[in-house]
Amino acid sequence: MNEETELNRESRIKSGVEYDRESAEESVGKHDKRIREILRYLGDQKGKEQEDKAVLELISSCVAELEEGVSPKHLYREFPLKLSGETIDSSCFQTRSKALGKNLKDCESIILFAATLGTGADYCLGRYSRIKMSRAVVMQAAAAALLEEYCDRICKQLSEEYEKQGRFLRPRFSPGYGDFSLEIQPKLLDALEAGKRLGIKLTDSFLMLPSKSVTAVIGVSKIPGKCRVQGCEACLKTDCLYRRQEKFERIDR
Amino acid sequence: MKLLQWIKKHRVFFDGGMGSLLQERGLKPGELPETWNLLHPEALVEIHKDYLRAGANILTTNTFGLNRLKFPAGGEWDLAILAAAAVENAAKARQEYEKECQEEGREAQPSFIALDLGPTGKLLKPLGDLDFSRAVELYGEVIREGERAGADVILIETMSDSLEVKAAVLAAKENCSLPVFATMAFDEKGKLLTGGNVESIVALLEGLKADALGLNCGLGPVQMKPIAEKLLEVASIPVIVNPNAGLPRSEGGKTVYDIDSDQFAGEMAKIAEMGVWMMGGCCGTTPEHIRKLVQACENFPVLWPKKKHRTVISSYAQAVVFGNNPVLIGERINPTGKAKFKQALRDHNLEYILQEGLTQQESGAHVLDVNVGLPEIDEPVMMEEVVKELQAVLDLPLQIDTSNIQAMERALRCYNGKAMVNSVNGKAEVMEAVFPLVAKYGGVVVGLCLDEEGIPETAEGRIRVAKKIYKTAESYGIEPEDILIDGLCMTVSSDSKGALTTLETLRRVRDELDGKTILGVSNISFGLPQREVINGAFFTMALHDGLNAAIINPNNEAMMRAYYSFRALSNLDPQCRDYIEIYGREQVQGLGNTIKKAGQDASGSGLSDAGFSGQNASNTGLSGTGKKEMGLGEAIVRGLREGAIGAVSRLLLTEDALTIINREMIPALDKVGKGFEQGTVFLPQLLMSAEAAKGAFEVIKDHMQRSGQVQAVKGRIILATVKGDIHDIGKNIVKVLLENYGYQVLDLGKDVPPELVAEMAVKEEIKLVGLSALMTTTVPSMEETIKQLRAKAPKVKVMVGGAVLTQEYADTIGADCYCRDAMASVNYAGHVFGKSEESETKHKDKGGENTINQSEHPSAQSIWDELVKRQGETFYTMKKLPFTYQIKGGEMFVDRKKKSITRATFDSAFQKIKEDGQCEITGPKKLNCFGAPYVWALFKALQVVK
Repeated sequence: MNEETELNRESRIKSGVEYDRESAEESVGKHDKRIREILRYLGDQKGKEQEDKAVLELISSCVAELEEGVSPKHLYREFPLKLSGETIDSSCFQTRSKALGKNLKDCESIILFAATLGTGADYCLGRYSRIKMSRAVVMQAAAAALLEEYCDRICKQLSEEYEKQGRFLRPRFSPGYGDFSLEIQPKLLDALEAGKRLGIKLTDSFLMLPSKSVTAVIGVSKIPGKCRVQGCEACLKTDCLYRRQEKFERIDR
Repeated sequence: MKLLQWIKKHRVFFDGGMGSLLQERGLKPGELPETWNLLHPEALVEIHKDYLRAGANILTTNTFGLNRLKFPAGGEWDLAILAAAAVENAAKARQEYEKECQEEGREAQPSFIALDLGPTGKLLKPLGDLDFSRAVELYGEVIREGERAGADVILIETMSDSLEVKAAVLAAKENCSLPVFATMAFDEKGKLLTGGNVESIVALLEGLKADALGLNCGLGPVQMKPIAEKLLEVASIPVIVNPNAGLPRSEGGKTVYDIDSDQFAGEMAKIAEMGVWMMGGCCGTTPEHIRKLVQACENFPVLWPKKKHRTVISSYAQAVVFGNNPVLIGERINPTGKAKFKQALRDHNLEYILQEGLTQQESGAHVLDVNVGLPEIDEPVMMEEVVKELQAVLDLPLQIDTSNIQAMERALRCYNGKAMVNSVNGKAEVMEAVFPLVAKYGGVVVGLCLDEEGIPETAEGRIRVAKKIYKTAESYGIEPEDILIDGLCMTVSSDSKGALTTLETLRRVRDELDGKTILGVSNISFGLPQREVINGAFFTMALHDGLNAAIINPNNEAMMRAYYSFRALSNLDPQCRDYIEIYGREQVQGLGNTIKKAGQDASGSGLSDAGFSGQNASNTGLSGTGKKEMGLGEAIVRGLREGAIGAVSRLLLTEDALTIINREMIPALDKVGKGFEQGTVFLPQLLMSAEAAKGAFEVIKDHMQRSGQVQAVKGRIILATVKGDIHDIGKNIVKVLLENYGYQVLDLGKDVPPELVAEMAVKEEIKLVGLSALMTTTVPSMEETIKQLRAKAPKVKVMVGGAVLTQEYADTIGADCYCRDAMASVNYAGHVFGKSEESETKHKDKGGENTINQSEHPSAQSIWDELVKRQGETFYTMKKLPFTYQIKGGEMFVDRKKKSITRATFDSAFQKIKEDGQCEITGPKKLNCFGAPYVWALFKALQVVK
């Protein structure tokens, strides 16, 4: 109904085939990073190279099946921002959040961002979680990693476009990070028409479906950001099992 | 004037976008557009009139998002009043426009009011949390109001989920007598967001007897053209095309489209030329677009679509067409003659049934027959459940196989797609029961050539029954292409002419009735030795005589060979590509190539680990020989399922089942479990081991069943993901492990209401319940579940787990145990059931050092648990240096100097204390371990050392 939504159609069209568009070099580097991320999501905290061949094979076979089955899509739209401390007003939503307020310091507007791997990933997960859990958990981790990777790539492109205009993007900040409430989800999705355009729906308890979906607020500022900390490290939940590790030295090795 | 008659002779123009026009008039972001029907009726009337002036015939009401979910009962707005107002605004516009025309002395074009229905805004189960029946209710409510207020047609639009559009169409059929149009939002590749394609959607909507179907939103006319072309190719009902104004992009904060209204009209003319005569616009289109569209297209002729006579069924994702290429229907989901299957049904073991389905898909089945009839179960309930479960895990269309009409209706109603129905026959009573269901829900129905007089002995007699079936079906509005005639296959050992009669029937249905055929092929060989020899030969003969679909066991090598050979020999397999791919790889003695091809390509689907059906288990057993033989324990530790199955099969030749379990399997599982707790084995490895063990257990279970032994169950545990939470991966991990350790798990699934958990706990006399919650937003419903359990089943122990939970949280909501991971739940179950179960002690006594059961050093566990609890507290080393720590997985991260210590270190230090005695450990150095200053300080704080 609302056709005023800004929609980067070009990148959306591209999105489905992006995985096979990289140079070989890029893809090797990305491959390693991807495997490391998947291992992290699986709870492998040591960051050590997994020697277990069977697990590595399982990971690459899951990634292959997912890439076949998913069709990543995204949307974004810029909104003006009024910020005073913890109070955030971006015309499409109003909220109070210390963490987000800090993240949006010096910003004049925000980009609302949403991305999803689509229902294909959930079908994969659903299928294996009924009959083969080892594959289901790897699939789950791989899907999470693919989605993050996809978001990172889109945001990097966006960031480059904005920098050409002398504007700088802050890291993605999603509902559920710190004190940025999940209850804001309906407003974010509505403002993007993400239900109609990407098929992202909410449950009564504000979980997104398809489950491999992301919404985020990205601050836009004329001042370059000092801190390049990305999503995970910015989170206040420091005891999270899946938190990316700072460099800890194992003393019993 | 009746819409359906009018459209046969005239081009039909829909109106265009609504949202942007409302925004121009002041609709704010976040404001619900439907409220404008009452707040600003004049704006709506004006917009509708503008479209009429542009030449539109169909006015869509401003009701896209109108449903009970967005406008709850007792809320600010009354749904019924909004719906009525929306229709009245359109009616008023029409009246004013007609008056205007009269005054200007020109004739107004006929126009109709379409009650507009968009998606509910929720995702339906199994992917989402909205029940199908609830979706039907939501739509029904609005439809009743819309018809009452005077709508002429129901327009269901912008749908991207086949199940949701089915709910909407059914609601229309059940709640009003208006024509129903449905348009879908496809992407550039012609796919729906939920995976369907043009063919599968056409099958579904034509089956449901929609009056027109088509495309809207998402794309501009340029991108819609190829999809519209495909639609025209397969659809027998009129096609609607309502594109967006083009592809949008952002320019200076405003949305602009890549084409203008002239180009829009030009592109639409190309689509009109292809044969589409119902068209309009969606997002971004304005009265100007519609005016130009009308000018560009009004002179194209009206071409009512030809009947395509396609025999087609569908799932949510794909269509299967019956034609020259024979369709294989897997027959294995059927309890007849299968003790294990019957047991699975009685135990409500759906996993077993799903595995049967997946195995057949891998073997090459195109469709799965589903039969769950067993005298002692509630077939309608079971049928609905199995259909839903199967559709959640695989994308093949299903054949609903039952004589229970209630079960048939429930399955057809919830089925996502156009199903096959097995079966009807020439008996009047059966036709009266089955045909109305096929007419209502759509379907391709199997018609058996038998009637009140039994099975005709001659082909002539069977053709007579077939004709009767066609004719009666027609009277219900069922097309001949929606019937597959089963000429019936009689046992050749009792009637030597039986096969010939069947074959003649096949030929005559094809040649004289222009019909399509199906057979349950293997009946032919009842009572004969080596049945597959005859089956394979008869199958080839039947295919040659025109058989279109065969109900067979796709895991059977002989049948698959006949199938692939026939296709190669009948010019259905160009360059024999499929044949060479399967049989060209290696020479194999005896049987095995086809199944091997489909089943051993591990990188393909990952489902290939055989072992569920007896037949596959023996196949794997064979393929295992010749290689280096691996011990059972090793296979489990390494997570090799096939290796474990092979090893256990060999062991069973010489050892008894209990010895194998206690000597080989339990120690291996414990070793892996322990490794997991210590952080040396990680989750996928733990699960691979669990699955290997499960495969071995299956073989043992079979063996015990054959020899009449009964396997003891250690205890029964309920698992559930709480209400509101739909992520169940954690719960499923716990389930796999608990089953490994011999517990019977009653899995209530996800999004489970508190009442159900409590009720089941009482009914099934359960001692332990495991609850999982992923989100902070769903922990309250975990608390509620525990409260209800305490009230109704006070003796039940409750263990909880999930991403957001902590020990503190678990304590607050009154759980008995917080399980930080899956192994913790196994340990707690051991604790709960351990005391009362004799069988536990049996294998504990055995094998001293290799049995690493947690209960042997319970305090190591409790110390770790205590450490987990006290994260963040400040402790002091012997030198009075303060430190704090965090625990993640099996590892402790100390803030001082950023050091980490694994749990293994704590365990071995503790072991040392036990061995050396508390008094000997007088300082950190005596512990002689890594990170000793911290370990000692913590042990001291916990009073493990003095």
